[in-house]
Amino acid sequence: MKKSRSITSKLPGAAAIAGLLLVWHLVCTFGLVPQFMLPSPGQVLTALWEEFPLLLQHARITLAEAALGLGAGMAVAFVIATLMDRFSILYKALYPLLIITQTIPSVAIAPLLVLWMGFEMAPKITLVAITTFFPITIGLLDGYASADREAAQLLRSMGAGRAQIFWHLKLPSALSHFFAGLRVSVSYAVVGAVISEWLGGFEGLGVYMTRVKKAYAFDKMFAVIVFITAVSLLLMLCVALLRKVAMPWEKYEKLERKD
Amino acid sequence: MTGPVLEARGIAKIYDGATIIQDISLHLEQGELVCVLGVSGAGKTTLFHVLSGLTAPEQGNVYLGGEEITGRPGRVSYMLQKDLLLPHKRIVDNVALPLILRGEKKASAREKASALFGQFGLEGTQMMYPAQLSGGMRQRAALLRTYLGSEGVALLDEPFSALDALTKREIHKWYLQVMEKIKLSTLFITHDIDEAILLSDRIYILGGKPGHMIAELKIDPSRPRPEDFALTHAFADYKREILSYL
Repeated sequence: MKKSRSITSKLPGAAAIAGLLLVWHLVCTFGLVPQFMLPSPGQVLTALWEEFPLLLQHARITLAEAALGLGAGMAVAFVIATLMDRFSILYKALYPLLIITQTIPSVAIAPLLVLWMGFEMAPKITLVAITTFFPITIGLLDGYASADREAAQLLRSMGAGRAQIFWHLKLPSALSHFFAGLRVSVSYAVVGAVISEWLGGFEGLGVYMTRVKKAYAFDKMFAVIVFITAVSLLLMLCVALLRKVAMPWEKYEKLERKD
Repeated sequence: MTGPVLEARGIAKIYDGATIIQDISLHLEQGELVCVLGVSGAGKTTLFHVLSGLTAPEQGNVYLGGEEITGRPGRVSYMLQKDLLLPHKRIVDNVALPLILRGEKKASAREKASALFGQFGLEGTQMMYPAQLSGGMRQRAALLRTYLGSEGVALLDEPFSALDALTKREIHKWYLQVMEKIKLSTLFITHDIDEAILLSDRIYILGGKPGHMIAELKIDPSRPRPEDFALTHAFADYKREILSYL
């Protein structure tokens, strides 16, 4: 019963995607757009199949950059958010700065990073760290702030110190916000790594993209886009699974809300 | 006869230049259930914050079994209106939290807490999360946590007000029984005059602006009281007297 409902709720989404693919296919079959500019879905799939081993090889580098950058971004986010929560003067000092840095598009600083750090992995990891750090920091800050004040008071009445309140109350309260931030950050991480590879490098999905672009291989362009999208979705799924493992109590809360 | 388990002498608390409570003295004897009743704004919750050590009073002192504990949290356990069970902890870990906070090992804290689950009507809920329990069960878990954190004295701030009437009646009966068994002395706040008369050995009545002591009332007969106590003339007389103060 429950399962069938969840299938019907996903139906409109699937139909929309199928519809879009169909329109795309028809546009190509009737030659509304020149074929060399817009390959048909079938051609893209063929390209994806043929290039798959190569794409995997490039993806290894891109994913390594994304993972290292995300790890660094997370670590910095955790330290900064925790300090900002602990010392309100730091919160007031850094919050505007955080917002401003976020309005700088990563594409704009990428060339600068390449000039400073060269064509190896360092500028890519840095860019990913910069782009992923923000959503996680904001997530943690909101999460810490969402901790129940009365619960904190209760813990204090039990003789809890600041560190104990952090460990038993604030950190767990921040988990759901943290995962929401992480979900956004994993896709940022992949995109950030790809963008920084456009500007130079020897391997990676971004490097592959610039190569096929120069060859006007539109089918391969589309193939790599599909590939990157799939990787991002897969990573978001991993985050969702991780969240389930890390927050086993959530499924009961959802049940309760439904009743 | 030893002295009171909890005593407050001449408590005054000032926030931002405004006196919230002034010259409040009270005592709680071993095994007693005493109620603090008063209009909103009489500073009942502030008084409890002082008694629990969450905030230090400008004047006066708090004693636990004769030892001065003014402004020192962690000695008198305090339960607020909401159950405030932490949603991310299993019931047993929620209940054992006061022990964990004192530095006890998780395994032994869990064991101690678990041993009391039966007495509190919580068998089998150890490994559940708060969201899986009914309101009444959660309240009992919160009471068990309060008890585990206590040195025989519990402060309850409107502990039953969030429950519906039937659950409330049941939990009243149950609380009196449990309290008897575990030798807990309780000081509690309520807005509910009936609840105060039904449960209390004594009632302190606070007046407002600033909060001060108006009267102290002893309720007879002593507990356990007959089932129909709420329907007697004596009960009505107490109610009339209390209303005249408020």
